[in-house]
Amino acid sequence: MYFESLAAAWYMDGHGFYVWLAYALTAIPLCFMVWLPLKRMRQHWRWIQAEQRRQAAATATEAGI
Amino acid sequence: MWTIIHKMGSPPWFFRISGVLVRWLLPITVMLLVCGALWGLLVAPPDFRQGNSYRIIYIHVPSAVVALAGYYVMAFAGAVSLIWRIKMADVTMRAAAPVGAVLTAIALVTGAIWGKPTWGTWWVWDARITSMLILLFLYLGVVALFEAYENKTAAARACAVLSLVGTVNIPIIYKSVDWWYSLHQPASIKFTGESAIDASMLYPLLLMIVAFYCLFAVAVLLNMRAELTWQHREAGWLRQIVSGA
Repeated sequence: MYFESLAAAWYMDGHGFYVWLAYALTAIPLCFMVWLPLKRMRQHWRWIQAEQRRQAAATATEAGI
Repeated sequence: MWTIIHKMGSPPWFFRISGVLVRWLLPITVMLLVCGALWGLLVAPPDFRQGNSYRIIYIHVPSAVVALAGYYVMAFAGAVSLIWRIKMADVTMRAAAPVGAVLTAIALVTGAIWGKPTWGTWWVWDARITSMLILLFLYLGVVALFEAYENKTAAARACAVLSLVGTVNIPIIYKSVDWWYSLHQPASIKFTGESAIDASMLYPLLLMIVAFYCLFAVAVLLNMRAELTWQHREAGWLRQIVSGA
């Protein structure tokens, strides 16, 4: 490690605020960029499962079970 | 060659392959990003002139580089969708647009934060920064244009035309630091000739560029998979996968 302590790495000779702010403002949107399509896909997945259950129930009623 | 292109256009094949790909690529990407960020933040030496503020380079440059390359991906997919009317190309184009927009926004925001301690200002109407802002609007334009149309076939065509016209901007961004010499520094890494950056700073930067490329691929694939599950929600092959899982 270049810095002598974690506190020095946090302070970065006065530039810590800018550097850590930039990294935070990068990490947050990147996480969302991966999480949002995963969430959307899970919703579609559930929709299809619900639809399959509905159809199964409908055929079961038609068959008179 | 044609069989590969033909297969790429087939949603069930793509869905299967992309699933495997994402499962491998996502953990690798996270690992690369964490390693690259720690290397750049804690291990690399400070710049002799800019001190520690230069460490923003490890996210600023990769996000900008991939935002530019991503535009070509989007425009190429748009061209394929226009010429051959391949639906998968249209899905690719629309999956790339929000990812590119996020990366461009990150490049602009981190650039502004870097500008404050280095130039003494958050923002200047410099050629590089202004052309990057136009890139952001182009990406957002593609997203918004698609939503604006009722008829989705016409929407995809309009988006493809917009993304193709926008490619004019990419060489302008790339060359802007040489054509209009202003606050933004010229490129430190060159494909030809020696880079103006020391190896101890260059390696983490290259690692982060690779990591951001992987991240772009993962995000586009995930967007495409989410879109395909909705487009093919009635299809038998998808229902089989869902009930089998």
